[in-house]
Amino acid sequence: MAGYSYLRPRKSVTLTVLLGVLIVYSVLPLLWMLFSITKTQPELLSSFGLWFSGPFALFDNLREVVTHDDGIFVRWFANTLVYVVVGAGGATILATAAGYGLAKYRFRGRSAVFATILGAIAVPGTALAVPTFLLFSQVGLTNTMWSIILPSLVSPFGLYLMWVFSAEAVPTEILEAARVDGAGEWRTFFTISLRLLAPGIVTVALFAIVATWNNYFLPLIMLNDPDLYPLTLGLYQWLADASGIGAQPVFNLVITGSFLTIVPIVIAFLLLQRYWQSGLSAGGVKA
Amino acid sequence: MPGRRPPSRRVSAAGWSFVTPFLVVFALMIVTPLVYSMYLSLFRNQLMGGTTFAGFANYVTAFNDPKLWDGAGRVGLFLVVQVPIMLGLALIAALAIDSGRLHGRSFFRVALFLPYAVPSVVAVLMWGFMYDDRLGLTGSLNDLVGFDLIAPYTKQWILTAIGNIVTWEFVGYNMLILYSALKTVPNEIYEAAAIDGAGQFRIVRSIKLPAVRGALVIATIFSILGSFQLFNEPNILKEIQPALISSYYTPNIYAYNLTFAGNQVSYAATVAIVMGLVTAVIAYVVQLRGTRKDA
Repeated sequence: MAGYSYLRPRKSVTLTVLLGVLIVYSVLPLLWMLFSITKTQPELLSSFGLWFSGPFALFDNLREVVTHDDGIFVRWFANTLVYVVVGAGGATILATAAGYGLAKYRFRGRSAVFATILGAIAVPGTALAVPTFLLFSQVGLTNTMWSIILPSLVSPFGLYLMWVFSAEAVPTEILEAARVDGAGEWRTFFTISLRLLAPGIVTVALFAIVATWNNYFLPLIMLNDPDLYPLTLGLYQWLADASGIGAQPVFNLVITGSFLTIVPIVIAFLLLQRYWQSGLSAGGVKA
Repeated sequence: MPGRRPPSRRVSAAGWSFVTPFLVVFALMIVTPLVYSMYLSLFRNQLMGGTTFAGFANYVTAFNDPKLWDGAGRVGLFLVVQVPIMLGLALIAALAIDSGRLHGRSFFRVALFLPYAVPSVVAVLMWGFMYDDRLGLTGSLNDLVGFDLIAPYTKQWILTAIGNIVTWEFVGYNMLILYSALKTVPNEIYEAAAIDGAGQFRIVRSIKLPAVRGALVIATIFSILGSFQLFNEPNILKEIQPALISSYYTPNIYAYNLTFAGNQVSYAATVAIVMGLVTAVIAYVVQLRGTRKDA
């Protein structure tokens, strides 16, 4: 049966090997990192990158990362968590409600709102950073946690994903039936719609989490005080310390710190895989 | 028909109540800075005499500023070379994974997507080490072949080195966008094509490529935005190789340095607006061309 053989095609070794090359490219730096975090500073600078060398220093490196400079790394980690939970969490809530509202309600001014927000996706984020910095400095918000959290709350792309997703995932008939039964709109949202929207919400949340966790430009502009740094800016600081002239060589700290920075986000992606993959394919980026 | 009759006042109010919180933050965090930077661009900051109204003088300066156009030319070149390579690889990977002919395809999908989760600081750090021709993998490779096969830290290769980092970061992300679009093709279409005797390549050309067209336009537009905003990778690499990356290497690095090193806030705002306009025009043209011949 021709149709059957297409839907269950023969596995191809050639194709697997060809794409394997791309995978090697993808994981090569991560492999390099896994070997490097087990090395001492001198070994790091003198041994072949893709194999072990010298004493197994992983635990020493980890201890050094969390104790260096009175445990500043732990502080950066906690800051990052705050930025992610409040910033990305808030962005997800705002984008979910607004995307749902735009998809499921017809109201005056709706298309103008939608056009404005779509236009905003095209505004370069970095073009906003400088004027935002100037505005924040006038109201005394620079060098505070709010200077990172507030701009992270807006995710026009998240709203777009949520709009497309809501339009498909929540049948209008259900909302009308609830209306006939006398349920309030927000009550319907919390009791019925939210569950249908779950895969879309996880997708939007993950993209917001990645954006906040990996944010570098905004903290670079806004923050002076190392006690407020997120992990990315802290690592950048260590890198600068390690690279400058007459610098203290702390490359083992930089690399082990980098490793600790990507572990949580990678775990989040792997654990939530089922959700974001269905969230994306259920129409999120069909366009 | 829902949607035809005018919405009831109660439903209309509910609609607004969902959208309003987002709009408030949107107005404060996007519209206000945007308007403010337009306002700023009409003034001039001088060491002596403070800030004075300058009309469109900053724009005239910008259009004649060799530093700005040096950076713009560089990101333009980056766009023309790096984006097609990255999206080409992403498309090939998406088609291969979607074909079902790979062993262990969910492993492929996740492994390829993984770099997207890596912060740019960490990505540049890792590649920055590996690029080093004495300490890194580049050195090992050059030792192996016995001559300097690759030398990322030279004037002529540094942009390629940056392009490689950006490609590494975003191939998987773009693959996922294209793959999601492929997943929306109903199986019946493939069955029908198979019954008609269409081969693999025919199916790719006549069914799959048209199916990813919209997603490809979106991915292209995002990549254009990313290229013109190029900042993180060169700015972090600058810590490792200060001599190779100038203070106006990309328009964004230029605007950043104008603001924080040069105190030329107004001119920095002008640079950002000019680049924003250039980006918007190019993105718009791509969108028009990309959706014009829609089947």
